[in-house]
Amino acid sequence: MLPQLVGVILDEQAQLTLEELSRACAAQAELIIELVEEGVVAPIGREPHSWRFTGAHMRRARRALRLQRDLDVNPAGAALALQLLDEIEALRARLRAMGGE
Amino acid sequence: MEFKDYYQIMGVKRDATQDEIKRGYRKLARKYHPDVSKEADAEARFKELGEAYEVLKDPEKRAAYDQLGANWKAGQDFRPPPDWKEGFEFAGGDKADYSEFFESLYGRGSRPEHGSRASFHAQGEDRHARVLIDLEDAYTGTTRSITLRVPEIDAQGRISTREHRLNVTIPLGIRAGQHIRLAGQGAPGIGQGKPGDLYLEVEFRPHARYRVDERDVYLDLPVAPWEATLGATVKVPSPNGTVEIKVPADSVAGRKLRLKGRGIPGNTPGDLYVVLQIALPSADTDAAKAFYRSMGEAFKTFDPRAELGV
Repeated sequence: MLPQLVGVILDEQAQLTLEELSRACAAQAELIIELVEEGVVAPIGREPHSWRFTGAHMRRARRALRLQRDLDVNPAGAALALQLLDEIEALRARLRAMGGE
Repeated sequence: MEFKDYYQIMGVKRDATQDEIKRGYRKLARKYHPDVSKEADAEARFKELGEAYEVLKDPEKRAAYDQLGANWKAGQDFRPPPDWKEGFEFAGGDKADYSEFFESLYGRGSRPEHGSRASFHAQGEDRHARVLIDLEDAYTGTTRSITLRVPEIDAQGRISTREHRLNVTIPLGIRAGQHIRLAGQGAPGIGQGKPGDLYLEVEFRPHARYRVDERDVYLDLPVAPWEATLGATVKVPSPNGTVEIKVPADSVAGRKLRLKGRGIPGNTPGDLYVVLQIALPSADTDAAKAFYRSMGEAFKTFDPRAELGV
């Protein structure tokens, strides 16, 4: 029998520090700071050492970093792509709510 | 193993220039990037594309690939020629999940060894995995057995993978896109370093009946014309059991009825929205046809297209 593992859900409560998010993204803290400067993720807290991120921030940061790495775009380009993807997703959700998809 | 036609995958001719190959890669990478693409097989296509680019962008690897000749077809059974690799030397790539075809040609790649100095300690890498559950599971909680492929590096720097199995509790109230963090279940630490964490991202399997938006759940509910116009109490399936709702009189198609708190449970539970659809009985008997005709007579002044101005 394998032990039953119980994890922690990352919800809307900001739980991750900059260091934890960097490690979860396998990225240097500088790259995360760039994403914050581009407005891709908006942590709670003023200074980098007091920043706290949510699970949704992590998903977004990883997406942005993958886009940067795989498509060779800069942080601003990744931010733009994510913004447009968000809009598409919102439109798709509206379509679904109307039963159109 | 199957032969892979890297030129075909990349959408370029065999005599493409390195610039054309780069452009071809960029174009398809944007199309199939799993973060961008909605194509069903985007992830597999992107991986294949990355592998093709890994070979074609490197003049040495490309020259070696070209030596195989132009007569191979994608999917054909393939064995590397016996004199393969003579005169070529390949630096290892940094990814561990190439196809069998790639590995037969270029090896499994090797990573620079992390722990070369005995005094070196570092926390292991965090890992990520996705776990698919049914919407119903979010109402009740569930457990999932997860198998991860963990790359391991041996003393010679070769990479192999081993299976790591975990039983994980998926708590009630979980929503699509949320992460479950399992401390210490990531990659092992180096030296005395702690192991990394494992993040499981939860996704719902598409449901034939329900749509989910954050905490809220939507269901299309067919009702008969007389139920919609006269009002009725009808049974409705919901992810946590059948419920009864009152369809108010004079309801039209598309009307949303909210069942408060019947969405995904939690501190702030979501709602279940029932979207009405009017289902018409077909006029497949003479009696039914006669009934529809008499209905037309009875509603002579009813113009469904009044607002269209025709």
